[in-house]
This record gives sequence, structure tokens and C-alpha cells, in this order.
Amino acid sequence: MVFSGLAEKLQETFKKLRGKGRLTEEDVDQALKEVRRALIGADVNFLVVKDFIARIRERAVGLDVLQSLTPAQQVIKIVHDELATLMGGTRSKIELAPAPPTVVMMVGLQGGGKTTTTAKLANHMRRQGRRPMLVACDIYRPAAIKQLQVLGGQLDVPVFDMGDNVAPPDIARTAVEKARREGNDLVILDTAGRLHIDEGLMTELQNIMETVKPNEILLVVDSMTGQDAVNVAKAFNERLSLTGVILTKLDGDTRGGAALSVKTVTGCPIKFVGMGEKLDALEDFHPDRMADRILGMGDMLTLIEKAQANFDQEQVEILNNRIRSMEFTLEDFVQQISQVKKMGPLDQILGMIPGLGGMKKLKDLEVDDKDLVFVEAIISSMTPWERQHPQEINGSRRRRIAQGSGTSVQEVNRLLKQFEQTRKMMRQLMDMGKGAKKGKKNLLGFGKKGSPF
Amino acid sequence: MGFFGKLKESLSKTRKNFIEKIDSIVTGRKVIDEDLYEELEEALIQADVGIDAALELVENLRVEVKKRRLSNPEELYAVLKDLIQDILGEETATLNRASAQPAVIMVVGVNGVGKTTTIGKLAHYYKENGNSVLLSAADTFRAAAIDQLEIWGNRVGAAVIKHSEGSDPAAVAFDSLHAARARKIDVLIVDTAGRLHTKSNLMEELKKVHRVLGREMPDAPHEVLLVLDATTGQNAISQARLFKEAVGVTGLVLTKLDGTAKGGVIIAIKQGLDIPIKMIGVGEGIDDLRPFDAREFVDALFARDKKTEEQVG
Ligand SMILES: Nc1nc2c(ncn2[C@@H]2O[C@H](COP(=O)(O)OP(=O)(O)OP(=O)(O)O)[C@@H](O)[C@H]2O)c(=O)[nH]1
Ligand SMILES: Nc1nc2c(ncn2[C@@H]2O[C@H](COP(=O)(O)OP(=O)(O)O)[C@@H](O)[C@H]2O)c(=O)[nH]1
Ligand SMILES: [Mg+2]
Ligand SMILES: [Mg+2]
Repeated sequence: MVFSGLAEKLQETFKKLRGKGRLTEEDVDQALKEVRRALIGADVNFLVVKDFIARIRERAVGLDVLQSLTPAQQVIKIVHDELATLMGGTRSKIELAPAPPTVVMMVGLQGGGKTTTTAKLANHMRRQGRRPMLVACDIYRPAAIKQLQVLGGQLDVPVFDMGDNVAPPDIARTAVEKARREGNDLVILDTAGRLHIDEGLMTELQNIMETVKPNEILLVVDSMTGQDAVNVAKAFNERLSLTGVILTKLDGDTRGGAALSVKTVTGCPIKFVGMGEKLDALEDFHPDRMADRILGMGDMLTLIEKAQANFDQEQVEILNNRIRSMEFTLEDFVQQISQVKKMGPLDQILGMIPGLGGMKKLKDLEVDDKDLVFVEAIISSMTPWERQHPQEINGSRRRRIAQGSGTSVQEVNRLLKQFEQTRKMMRQLMDMGKGAKKGKKNLLGFGKKGSPF
Repeated sequence: MGFFGKLKESLSKTRKNFIEKIDSIVTGRKVIDEDLYEELEEALIQADVGIDAALELVENLRVEVKKRRLSNPEELYAVLKDLIQDILGEETATLNRASAQPAVIMVVGVNGVGKTTTIGKLAHYYKENGNSVLLSAADTFRAAAIDQLEIWGNRVGAAVIKHSEGSDPAAVAFDSLHAARARKIDVLIVDTAGRLHTKSNLMEELKKVHRVLGREMPDAPHEVLLVLDATTGQNAISQARLFKEAVGVTGLVLTKLDGTAKGGVIIAIKQGLDIPIKMIGVGEGIDDLRPFDAREFVDALFARDKKTEEQVG
């Protein structure tokens, strides 16, 4: 498997333990230092980390080293499982009111993604048969109402507003009454971003809450948030009794330790995650994957699921076998590129693979539509023998291929290099897949058997 | 030239809690002991300085304390502040100014950090100082982003060059630069859509805006400001690295320092990438922009306000 930074460091730490029986307290403390470093590096709040480490310590001391050849992986497993447990809990679901309309209120800091998430949630709930209405309670940010109107328009969902001169609690009340009259069974309130220390504006939220008694009050948190996440979450929770959390902007490369911080201080379930700016980019929260991510192990399962949703199963089987036997050829490569393209932006997908998260390596793998045309042209200028034996394509063959495809030798070189790297990556994926989650099957032989470690 | 000296003067009156909550960690301490080191380390971590940078700073601090045979916590504290200030640079960074008209400023960053608001404040500052300003609505992606910039334009009395939503941002930048020249504008500020630094297609789009400006006017953009949200943790390092790689960031703006987040991650960024921090945002109002002052920033880093003092349950 590909080791994340933490796994490597733990391995270092435990190297000297070969032949030892049980992990002593000192051994464990040594290892936990690395765990602490990893968690804080992932932006988990340091006080939360302190608590967490104390729990882990109990479980790790006395671990049988001889039993397993890799105590490092055992420790990671404990850390991972504990993280997943802590972040787990209730399902990603919106509590519906016994008597409609259900009222959902979105709250959070400035720029966290409330307005976008309001629209995403409406989109999500409508697919489940709800008839949402969006309410513009942000009367402060320039063009906030317009922003919500535009998003509502894109979804063809009604947006209620009373301009920016009416107090937000009054807007909320009027909206709920209107929704009841017009048969909208879900009302989502978009509120203005505010600092958790802003007395006036926090009181305003309380007033909205008391006026319309929302069924859900969701804190929208930017997943790139650092140590301050605990202060923010705590303050919002104290004033409003939150019912859930939505983490946004997880489509980037943040490790997202704020997830653990927020969960710890509020006790609220993380209900959804935002995975992009588009209105269908709202996904269920998976504590397991989040644990992987915080530990820097990549989001293998998301990758696998994405792949499964988009790949043609039969072709996958064939590819599978070829890769396993290292018969993966340039022809397969073309096919695979077009398959991968269906999965979404390639960089995003590759970013989910452990060890490939660092952008540098990805540069050579970037593929876009134009590239694909080149790739196809180049490969079709090869002889069948060459396609089967890419390693044998020497200088004079490269020149001929370049000429035949109207490209340059550099481009042919680049393609062959990309191909080699892809082949390597595929191998890595396969090796890693052997250790992936139980029950998941198929793509490239991912998830055949065994535990994550 | 002290482009921001005046701003500093005018803003020192608007005292935000950013500066008011100062009270050092060592207050009341008698001796330098392990506890103190540990607390300082934690204060640094809590301020988002990052664990590696925090450990390194505390390590260097130990060395200094030994070398100088310090015994007074106040002295130790002063040394630590100096260490950080050395990294951040003593001097207040100034904005680059073009010799030619217009000075072109391009503002970039991830989603929701405060780019457009910063542009509004910056435009206001230039206007106040007698410069003519033109705004370029090159965020053509986010819903109502153009309207948002226009509202700011109205507030400060600056015209906005815009196309329709969804159009090519580079084309907007192109037109804006030509308009700025035709109107003999002093400062052109280009708003761009928030984008995650890991999305190569969006970063390519940004590079194109940058390229077009440079092609139309040598040396433009004269300033590429990367806006970072002080609430952001270690991911800001990745943001800074990739935005710098893409469009050669010339300065940082750290926003939302009116909250309880300290923005300590900029220390690692300054150390690793050497991008000067030029301004800070301390609120949503038109006047809530200030020049970055390393001393003040470091003081605030160790400031303890009630909110952050409380323990996590
Ligand atoms: N408290 C506080 N809020 C700020 C500050 N700067 C910006 N904001 C708020 O943060 C939110 C996002 O600001 P914008 O200026 O729209 O951010 P942006 O980077 O242009 O956002 P996108 O274009 O959506 O990527 C708004 O609600 C602003 O009012 C600041 O210094 N302090
Ligand atoms: N990449 C990404 N951007 C997002 C996500 N959610 C929101 N955004 C963007 O973040 C910025 C601020 O979002 P907005 O909804 O206006 O935040 P608000 O101020 O909390 O209402 C906008 O540019 C959004 O497009 C997400 O999940 N991923
Ligand atoms: Mg909003
Ligand atoms: Mg903007």
C-alpha cells in the first residue's frame, strides 16, 4: 500500500521495536506524538486532539506487537476507527416536521457557503419529493438576495424576499406563512454570514429561531477552517442549539480536521458535505472517508464509488484483468482515459488518491479534451505491435509516429511517459485496493478483501 | 514609497477588537519553565501557526534563552515576538505602483475569502486619496457576483466594467484595461471568481486573465493580491503555493481578523514562499482595511480574549 506521511512516520517509530513483545507506554507515547502532529497538521483543534490522544493511548498501550508484524498499521487502525466513531452518528437526513412546512435554517460565518448550500439542499430535497421554498434573510451582504434569486432560478424553485429593509425574523415569519398557504412543504432560510462574537447579529438569529421554530438549524462550516472552528461552533451551538452541520468546499485538498473539532464541541451530526460550486455537489457525509482524509490517506472510497457510478462494468472487468497481468496497453489507455473523463475533473479524482495528493506529480497526468484528440491520433499512427509493446517504441519509431499523427516527437514522448505513469498508478491502486473496504467490489479489483490496514 | 502610510494614519482611529484584546500570555509569570514553553507552543498552534512552525519557533526560543541566559518570562516573550517578526519582516509592505497609467491590481483567492469586499475597501481608499478607480467584474461565474461588485462600485463612486454572467473573464479584463486607458484611470482593480487552487481548469482560466493583462500592458498586473481568510487553517499554505505558481502572487491580504481567528498560518507562508503580507481586513465596512503591521499582528497572536480562553468540552 501507499503510505501516507503518518504511516511512514509511525513505521519509523516502530522500526526499533522489532522483536519486542508488547507496546510499552513509552513506545505508545512516541507514536502518539506523530499522531498528534498529523491531527494538528490536519487542523483538528489542539484541545480536541488532547482529548483524543488520551483515548487512543488507553487502547494502544499493551498492544501485542508480536501478534501483528506491523504495529504502525495497528496504531493507525485504532486512530482511524476512533476518528470515524467520533465523527459518526446519525444518518444524513433532514428531520421533517410532523405538520408541514418543515423549516430549515442555515447559519454560519461569512463566505462559508450558506447561500450555495441552501440551493443545493433544496435541489437534494426536491429529488425526494419535497416542494421547497428559499427565503432571503440575508439583508446585509451586497447582492445576497439577488444571489439566492439566481440560484433559485437555476433550480426553478421559488425564492421569497422582502427586500433589505425588513427585519429577518419578520421575513422568516411571513415566508413560513406563505409556504403554508401555497403548499411548499419545506422552507429553507438563508441567513447572513456573521461572526460568532457579533452580539447584535447573534441575537438576530435567536429571534429568527424563536419566531419560526425551525426543525433544523444547520451550521455551515468551511472545511478549510483552522483552530478557530471550535470557538465558532461552540458559540453558534450555545445560542441556537444546532441540529446539524454541513461541511463545505471538501472538493479541494484540505485535510478537513475542522470536521472533528466541530463534531466534538457541538455533538451534532455532520449531515452533508459540499463538493463543488454546482448545485448538485452535495453529498452524504461518510465518517470513514473523513477519517482517511484527516489522516492523509486519501479518499479511496469516494474514488471507487465515483468510478463505479461512471464506468462500464464489463469494460472494467476486462481492464481489471489486463492491469493485473500487466497487459495494460496503449489501446486500453485510450479507452481508460475516455472512461476516466466521465468521472469528472481528472485532477480532482487523482487528488483523492493517497500519495498523489501533492500536485507536483499530477502535472504530467493532466489530460484535457484537446489532449485526448492528440492521444488518439498518436496511438492510431502506431502499428498494432507497437500498441502492444510500448516499451519497444524506440527513437525512429517515435519519429515515424509523430509524423504520421501530425504531432511532434515531444508529444509522442509525453504520451508514452503518461502511459507509463498511468500504468504505475494503476498498479499502486491495485495494491492499495487489496486493502480497501470490505464489501465493495469491482473497479480494478478494489476492495477484494481484508481490513483497511 | 509609503503608499499606505496615510491609510494607516486614517485607520488607527478605528480601533477594532483586533487590537483591543491584547494581553500577553506571560502576564503574572515568575519563571521560565516547561509549562511556559508548552503554553507558548499551544498558543502558537491555536493561532494556526501550524505544528511544524510552532515547534521550530519554540526550539529556536530555547536556544536563544540559553544563549542569552534569560530568566525573566517577559524577556523570553520579547524574544519570541522578535523571532516571529523577523520572519514577517519589520517594515510595512507597500503596494506596487506602476509608473504608467493605470496601475493594475488583480485580486485572487479561493471561494468566499473576501475578495470582492476587499476590492470595495481598496477602491474606497484610492478614491479618498484622489485617485480615479475602475473596477473589472471578471467574476463571471458566481451568482450575482457582478451585482455585488456594482453595489460596491456605487458605494465608492467607481465605474464597473462588466459583461454578462458566464462570459469569458479574460475578455472582461481585456475590455477593462482598454476602458481604463481610454478614461485615463489611475487604478484598475480586477475581481476574479473564487476558485479552489487544486482545480487546474479554473487555474488555467485565471492564468489567462493574467496573461491577457500582461499582453495589453507590459508589467501588468502590477500587483496580484491573494486574499486569505484568517479563519483558514493549514490549507492556506497550499493555496498560497498554487496561486503563486499560477499567477505570481505579489502580496497577501488577510481578511476577517475582526473575528477570533488569528491567521497565524501566514507565518509559514511568509517563511516558505516569501510573499509579503500587505493588508488586513477587519470588518465588512468600507473603512475596514488596514496596512499589515507585523508588530501589531504578533501582539494579537498571543492576545487572549475570553472567547478563546474557554476550554473545549
Ligand atoms: N467579518 C468580516 N467579514 C468579511 C471580511 N471581508 C469580507 N467579509 C465577508 O465575507 C463574505 C464573503 O466576502 P466576498 O467579498 O463576497 O468574498 P469573495 O472572496 O469575493 O467570495 P466569492 O466571490 O464568493 O469567492 C461576505 O459576507 C463579506 O461581507 C472581513 O474582513 N471581516
Ligand atoms: N469549491 C466549492 N465552493 C463552494 C462550495 N460551497 C460554496 N462555495 C463557494 O463559496 C463562496 C461563498 O459561498 P456563499 O454560498 O455565497 O457563502 P455564504 O456567504 O456563506 O452565503 C461562493 O463562491 C460559492 O460558490 C463548495 O462546496 N465547494
Ligand atoms: Mg450568503
Ligand atoms: Mg467575489
